[in-house]
Amino acid sequence: MKPDQDPVRVPLYRLAHSRSGDKGDISNLSLIAWDPDCYVALADQVTEARVAEWFAYRRPTRVTRYLIPTLHAMNFVLEGVLDGGVNDALNLDTHGKSLSFHLLDLRVDVAPELARRLPDIPGDPPVVDLPPAPLAPR
Amino acid sequence: MAASPFLIGCATGFSGDRTDGAHAVVQSLAARGGGTLIFETLAERTLALAQLARNADPESGYEPLLQELLAPVLADCLRQGINIVGNFGAANPPAAARCIAGLARAQGLSAPRIAVVHGDALNTPEQRALLRERLGPRLDDMDVVSANVYLGAGEIADALRAGAQIVVAGRVADPSLTVGPALAHYGWALDDWTRLGRATMAGHMLECGTQVTGGYFCVPGLKEVPDVHVAGYPIAEIDADGGFVIGKADGTGGAVDTRTVKEQLLYEVHDPARYLTPDVVADLSQASVQVLGPDRVAVHGLDGHARPDELKVNVCHRGGWLAEAEISYAGVQAEARARLAADIVRRRLGAALTVRMDLIGVLSILGDDGGAMLDARPAGAGRDVRLRLAAEHADARVAERLLREVTALYTCGPAGGGGVRTALRPRLNMVSCTIPRDAVRSGWTMMEAAP
Repeated sequence: MKPDQDPVRVPLYRLAHSRSGDKGDISNLSLIAWDPDCYVALADQVTEARVAEWFAYRRPTRVTRYLIPTLHAMNFVLEGVLDGGVNDALNLDTHGKSLSFHLLDLRVDVAPELARRLPDIPGDPPVVDLPPAPLAPR
Repeated sequence: MAASPFLIGCATGFSGDRTDGAHAVVQSLAARGGGTLIFETLAERTLALAQLARNADPESGYEPLLQELLAPVLADCLRQGINIVGNFGAANPPAAARCIAGLARAQGLSAPRIAVVHGDALNTPEQRALLRERLGPRLDDMDVVSANVYLGAGEIADALRAGAQIVVAGRVADPSLTVGPALAHYGWALDDWTRLGRATMAGHMLECGTQVTGGYFCVPGLKEVPDVHVAGYPIAEIDADGGFVIGKADGTGGAVDTRTVKEQLLYEVHDPARYLTPDVVADLSQASVQVLGPDRVAVHGLDGHARPDELKVNVCHRGGWLAEAEISYAGVQAEARARLAADIVRRRLGAALTVRMDLIGVLSILGDDGGAMLDARPAGAGRDVRLRLAAEHADARVAERLLREVTALYTCGPAGGGGVRTALRPRLNMVSCTIPRDAVRSGWTMMEAAP
């Protein structure tokens, strides 16, 4: 493969948009592709396992992905990630409203011709990778 | 030619939303031949706060801004035949109805027909025993503030059919505020799951106000919205089969496009094939969207399945005290000084309080209460950092110790700390369960006109 055909690693916010919702200790994060090509990349790479790993510091007890191909969208349901939820957590953002934008920092690999036509935020610094989350029980 | 659709506009998405949205919605409904205006003002915890207000004042306990919401539009609505439906009754729907009647009198309007929905509050000994059965012995230790079941659309629809111009409810499922008027207008059967499922999703699109018209959506450089500072509130055009088009009030800012509609479709949804409400299990797993024109998007492919056997109940109880305190550091070693300040406070509090720590400007919302994410992050070189510490305790005097320790950092902490702010607040916690429908005594009554 020629170098200019190598996949390009891009953050999800270039491929999709997202909104968080909360019910109790459960956060749901929609992930909505800009178009069908973007959706294929998401469906292939943004798996339950990757999202669980990306949110490991919130210790999800379960992550479920629902696909809605007719909307070019998917919905992630993360259980146990809100430290008890809006009434119990000590977090400033007890709803987890900001979690959708953490999801949008996850990176996936796309073909260079797709990357070239995606929206971009020039100069946005790459997300710092944290060490793996501790595996001790809650 | 198809009959004209039934219009429902929504002017608030929660208690605390803007109060100036209704006017443009009402003008638009009137210009398009009428419709119904709804207000959603009742988040999960709002009702418990309202109950506390009612405990303090028996004529209180409804939406505090009710007058401000209705005063600009009440006369126009009554004159144009635009019905008003809201859950702004909160913990005291009869008092809210009296407030509206008083507002009409003050504006020189003839007394409107106001219906009050009742039965969501679960206060009888039998109902409390049932909650004890469902929630177990932990309920015995709780200082319960409120226990309310989510009612459906039935009472609202019946009251409108009986001629109510205004329906005041407390806890009803948010989409039922839309399903009720649609049911009354079209006379669908209560087991017409497909139509109820569609209308429920129309309600779901409306219930958060501008969240479907460009609010809570903008990302500069990625998702732009014109004139979002005056975003219009949404209007749904519902057809006889429950299908609908989402639009917004005329002459307003904001936008309705496929992206705003998709974000709101999936908002607070878990399994898209099973969105549970008291009226129906809505199914949006095959949903699709279609642009019909500027700021007009149709949603297709929606369905519904038989409603759940049981109804959801929220029980709110007193949850001790939340203490929060902040102090800022700037310049050289600012982050290190903020971390040292937290260490000092924690050492002095010892085991008395478990303290959450945030470094605003470094990491303040993505981390967990346990602090694992912040601990894993190497100490950085932040030069403008605000330390936030938070803790909770059943005893206010113990919780307050956090505030005193942070305040004392002014003279006893690391160098250069400034801008201390502290707050001590009572907490409300919540548990949920379901109960059988036949345990609920719901209904509605038309308010007697004042003599």
